[in-house]
Amino acid sequence: MAVAEPFSPATASMFARTLFLLIPLAGLGCFAWIIWRRIIPLLRAAADPRWEHFGVRLKLVLKIWLGQWRHPRYLLAGVLHIILFLGFLVLGARSTQLVVLGFRAGFTLPGFGGVLGEVYNVVKDYAATAVLAAVAVLWVRRAFFKIQRYAVPEGLGKDHTPEALFILSLIATLLLSESLFEGSLLAATGGWAAPGTLAWGFSHLLAGAAIPSLAKVNLISYAVHDLTFFFFLCLLPLGKHFHVITSLFNVFFMRVRTGNVKPVRHGVSDAQLDEVKSFGVKKFEDFTWKHILDFYSCADCGRCSDRCPANIVKRPLSPRFISIKARDHGFKRYPILGAPATEPEPLIGGIFSEDEIWSCTTCGACEEECPIGIEYIDKMVDLRRGMVDEGKVPQSLQKPMASLEKRGNPWGKLEKKRADWTKGAGVEVKSVEQGDTAETLYFVDSISSYDDRMQKIAQATARVLDRAGVDFAVIGKDEKDSGHDVRRFGEEMLFQSLRDQNTESIQASEARRIIVNDPHALNALKNDYANMPPVQHMSELIAEGVRSGKLKFRGVDDPAKTYTYHDPCYLGRHNGVYDDPREAIDGIPGLKRVEMTGNCRDRSFCCGGGGLMLFYEPEEEQRMGVVRVEQARKAGADVIVTACPYCMVNIEDAIKVAGLEGKMEVIDLVELVDGHLQP
Amino acid sequence: MEILVCVKRVPDSAENEISVGSDGTDIQRDDLTYGVNEWDNYAVEEAIQITERLGGNVTVVSVGDGDTEEVVRREMAMGAGQGLLLTDPAFEGSDGLGLARILQAAVKKGAYDLVLTGAQADDGAAQVGGMLAALLDWPYASLVNKIEVQEGSLVIGREIEGGAQEFSDIETPCVLSIQTGINEPRYVGLRGIRKVASVEIPVLTASALGLDPATVGAQGAKVRRIDYFVPPAGAGADMLKGSTADLAQQLFELLKAKGGLK
Repeated sequence: MAVAEPFSPATASMFARTLFLLIPLAGLGCFAWIIWRRIIPLLRAAADPRWEHFGVRLKLVLKIWLGQWRHPRYLLAGVLHIILFLGFLVLGARSTQLVVLGFRAGFTLPGFGGVLGEVYNVVKDYAATAVLAAVAVLWVRRAFFKIQRYAVPEGLGKDHTPEALFILSLIATLLLSESLFEGSLLAATGGWAAPGTLAWGFSHLLAGAAIPSLAKVNLISYAVHDLTFFFFLCLLPLGKHFHVITSLFNVFFMRVRTGNVKPVRHGVSDAQLDEVKSFGVKKFEDFTWKHILDFYSCADCGRCSDRCPANIVKRPLSPRFISIKARDHGFKRYPILGAPATEPEPLIGGIFSEDEIWSCTTCGACEEECPIGIEYIDKMVDLRRGMVDEGKVPQSLQKPMASLEKRGNPWGKLEKKRADWTKGAGVEVKSVEQGDTAETLYFVDSISSYDDRMQKIAQATARVLDRAGVDFAVIGKDEKDSGHDVRRFGEEMLFQSLRDQNTESIQASEARRIIVNDPHALNALKNDYANMPPVQHMSELIAEGVRSGKLKFRGVDDPAKTYTYHDPCYLGRHNGVYDDPREAIDGIPGLKRVEMTGNCRDRSFCCGGGGLMLFYEPEEEQRMGVVRVEQARKAGADVIVTACPYCMVNIEDAIKVAGLEGKMEVIDLVELVDGHLQP
Repeated sequence: MEILVCVKRVPDSAENEISVGSDGTDIQRDDLTYGVNEWDNYAVEEAIQITERLGGNVTVVSVGDGDTEEVVRREMAMGAGQGLLLTDPAFEGSDGLGLARILQAAVKKGAYDLVLTGAQADDGAAQVGGMLAALLDWPYASLVNKIEVQEGSLVIGREIEGGAQEFSDIETPCVLSIQTGINEPRYVGLRGIRKVASVEIPVLTASALGLDPATVGAQGAKVRRIDYFVPPAGAGADMLKGSTADLAQQLFELLKAKGGLK
């Protein structure tokens, strides 16, 4: 039952009531205008169909947006943000009610009249109090502590701390003014306030004050809230707090699959690509609307860059600044006031440098971390497509690309020697080249076929397959590089040529499943190729063998050693295979294994990259492999087990560079298993 | 500027394993892949950059047959505006001078300000550019790693001993042979090649060029290859053994004995 209120903003005066009607109208009008201006570049951007998998998308919204699932990965900031976020959601109803109270005394939202309203009033007061406490902690944290991931590198503009503190101050103002509004009313009516809340605090502070004074406080706090609210609302789309509005949409429209790469242009089939005038992203408007929404949504939290291996070794790439620079570039080209830019502005050589874009290993750590579902890999690939289209490819990459075109492998080795490794395998290896057929195709890919060291992994693979009783064959000289990294380095047409040749060979083999030891091949066949039989990685097959008892191991050769497993990016993050390799390793009796806690599974640190990345000459302060080897050493390991030939290359090299030869070893999972098969 | 760049189709050095044919007259060619000579590619890139700055046309020319066309087309995909193929059975077996005569005839058919060749070919003798200039009676500079265009002349650079740089003046029209490293050639991908797949490349025969077949080809060759062989393997390296002081002493004795010390 509503008690007649002694005062309210709507009844204070005709002037007040008019003002409190005009403020929301002006505020909403201004906000609508700003949102419209922000939508314009989305309309000019490239197409990007994102309505499929509706059910999956709803789940992602519930888990990542509402459930704030990724936030606790950075515990303190994460928990504080969850309080802030949930508080905002709860207070949304109160904010709406407040706006109307300015011109409609006693207004309550529909449904909030009875018990729900009472409960809500209590909940909202605690929410406001919790949010203010969180804001206070965040303010102190931001103002007095130099958190590394918020730092702005040289040359990238001014520090962002003033912006952050300003927003926090505005939020505090909203909370305090709302609680003061409530508290002053409670002090006048003697009403009950939820103990320990801000409103309770203010009502006690103001208890005993004269009604006219309370009315004044009430009116002023209302005005402050009203103005601040609409000021804040219009401020949101102008900076990093745009995410408050866009995050729901950004998460709903985020990628639902990992490991795949967007087509050159959505809606344009491979056959029609010859008609496309320009490949890739060269200017801002070449991005898709979702990518531009990503730029808008970046909350500047720095988690992506904090985990980015390229950024950590000081290559010229920081994913956070890819988003921030592009966002600011978009804001400049499409201002709130004034005409949008019409002249195209090249991004490479403008806000981005060539090396910045070539530095990415596509490891996916950034995308794994982002709490708002921002994507980076597709943008990097698109920017590379643009550079390739203009001939801007580093000389170090041109040679392997030419070799891939001429010989189907980046080293330019002869096709007829591709299956030479089979001679030293110790078991018979069937090949389609010789006219054999088999139920399982072992797709070896280039590095395991041609590299002296990696051939040993291929040979171990053949022996383990043989022991597991798998009827398998390789393609032989007609196998071409899977093209996995050719595609991710922007040479789409060469990728398609390799893909089409391999697809023909694979289909001609009539194999019913494909086995690989190379996660890049796994990812290509699973996520880049179409119409393939099911593909499995050796670690999955070995784990199956351990579970079924088909593969039996003798006790570990060196029980004194401590092993650790390094999750390859394209097996772990991109394809979700984390447990099988561990099960396979743990299948060896007496083997002592530790985890690189904090840097394992979906937080695994990239070895340095595979495929064409082996040829690129980056500017960096340290090798990624060395960082990884140090992590293994800190975890107490002396043997690193990996399941990818590229990881093997990088980690073997890194052990030497780090001066840990003799103190740290690296072995491939298949080699480890092969070495422990029971006779 | 009207620039003519002479390019040659050669076996790829990186993507092939070269072995001598059984009859000792040539390398085995069955399994080879071919591409544009690396030095020539730098020359084409340089020509394109000059015309991008100052306007004009780049024509790419090669002496060869139907296979050679793919190389000319690739350079056009890179950005050369025109291609030209000089094909005739009479051209086969030409020595350096013969090639220079053929190219001279092609140069005379156009109105070029500048002719570029690569400093050498992977399988060549670094001679055609100089001979071409002499036949044309044009100035010639070799191993050029920098070109600045002036009015009626060029300033060209050449790297000399110790990494120092030498600059010279040369009047146009002239012939230059281009050294690797003069620029960073742009990438040519499959897409670029598909874009020029159906562009017309004119073909000129001996008669179109006004050449007497007796002066070119095997007929006109004054230098003939008589043998092709892999040198016999030597005994291998002498490995010195001992402590550092011993090794130093042994090395000193060897250097003194073989005249390595003055």
